[in-house]
Amino acid sequence: MTDTNNFDKNRLVNWFKLSSPSTFYPVAGKLIPFFWVLTAIFGLAGLWVSFFVAPVDAVQGQGYRIIFIHVPASWMSMFIYLVMAAWAGLGLIFNTRLSAMMAQALAPIGAWMAFLSLWTGAFWGKPMWGAWWVWDARLTSELILLFLYLGFIALQASIDNPRRADKAGAILALVGVVNVPIIYFSVKWWNTLHQGASVSLTKAPAMAQTMLLGMLLMALCFWMYTIAVGLMRVRAIILEREAHTDWVRQLDEVKV
Amino acid sequence: MSALLAMIRRDLLLVMRRKSEVLTALFFFVVVTSLFPLGIGADTALLRKIAPGVIWVAALLSTLLGLQRMFAADYADGALEQIALSPQPMVLLVAGKMIAHWMVCGLPLVILAPIIGIQFDLDTSSLYILMGTLLLGTPVLSLLGSIGAALTLGVRGGSILMSLLVLPLYIPVLIFGAGAVYANSVGLDTSGHFSLLGALLILALAFVPWVTAAAVKIAIE
Repeated sequence: MTDTNNFDKNRLVNWFKLSSPSTFYPVAGKLIPFFWVLTAIFGLAGLWVSFFVAPVDAVQGQGYRIIFIHVPASWMSMFIYLVMAAWAGLGLIFNTRLSAMMAQALAPIGAWMAFLSLWTGAFWGKPMWGAWWVWDARLTSELILLFLYLGFIALQASIDNPRRADKAGAILALVGVVNVPIIYFSVKWWNTLHQGASVSLTKAPAMAQTMLLGMLLMALCFWMYTIAVGLMRVRAIILEREAHTDWVRQLDEVKV
Repeated sequence: MSALLAMIRRDLLLVMRRKSEVLTALFFFVVVTSLFPLGIGADTALLRKIAPGVIWVAALLSTLLGLQRMFAADYADGALEQIALSPQPMVLLVAGKMIAHWMVCGLPLVILAPIIGIQFDLDTSSLYILMGTLLLGTPVLSLLGSIGAALTLGVRGGSILMSLLVLPLYIPVLIFGAGAVYANSVGLDTSGHFSLLGALLILALAFVPWVTAAAVKIAIE
């Protein structure tokens, strides 16, 4: 008994303690402003670099600048799905409530990122390719990713029992993760087999250093935004699901 | 093994007592494919070109129709709980239900497909390829669909939700299935398509029964 206590004390932060909603809730509340500040800093720096520092593209002119929103959104849409599935899987294996809440909180953000990526892509495609939409491998797989997000959200929303909703959603998310590479490659091969010379998404061969810097800054901004909004959402979900507990009733924001 | 066979026999027997449900799904397949020439016009060159896609999409949709029946009735009358309580491994029993579903909803499509194909003016080699891809592809549809059927058990608006969950997962089968027929019609080699469909079938056979068994257990918990 004493051994385990010492073990606990020797650590700076006991991470396992954070897996309980009641301890995680105030910690998340303290972290949120910090991540919003980082979002603002990276966002302002990224926008400044992308609008005023990055040179005009030789081929695409000023229109290429939507890349600074488009690419980070696409990256995040794919990455969030992996993170969401990982949380859902953790929740399924260890039966931790907070993991499932994290997955539920991340799904709408990922869906918005996928939608944003398609939307900005359409705005970029119209002047550059002359079409809002082409059945290119990347576009199609991004669209299917959006469908997978919507399926996850719809399944969770339509099951009343939250425990069952979490588990069913977790299975769907994990099946989706296995299927995403299969879908990606099938779409890619379908495209190369059938369409002949299709429009390629490959950008200008060598990207200027400042362009890359702008994109990385914007990607960091999107990261911080995702974490901030994810924590806000997870706090709302905790309040909703733990409304019956004493610690929620004693919170200042609930008492008022 | 006998548990698997017993489950297949039971499900087939239940279907035989209510033939109308199965026949509806098959009739749907025939009607949907027949609507396309009416909507698009009787241009044979165009019909030949769209035939593989139309027949495969109709097969996807009619498989979906039958999926709701896979677990829903057993869930409603409590038989599914008895199945879960039985000493036999759940995976085998669930696999039996999938095989029965394929025999009822997949296999007839393979047999019907050439007749539909003739309506679309497909030549003989294309018809063989179409039947071959359906033979390899429809079991994958039954397998993947069972996940959706199990996840949406007893859920409000379950059948619509199921199509939203399952159809995106069907895309690879659709692409390779319809792609093989198209490749054949333009004189390309189709062995790659068949290998990929076979790979999908093996992957699905290896993993899906476990996933569906877990999903059923969550539903009846």
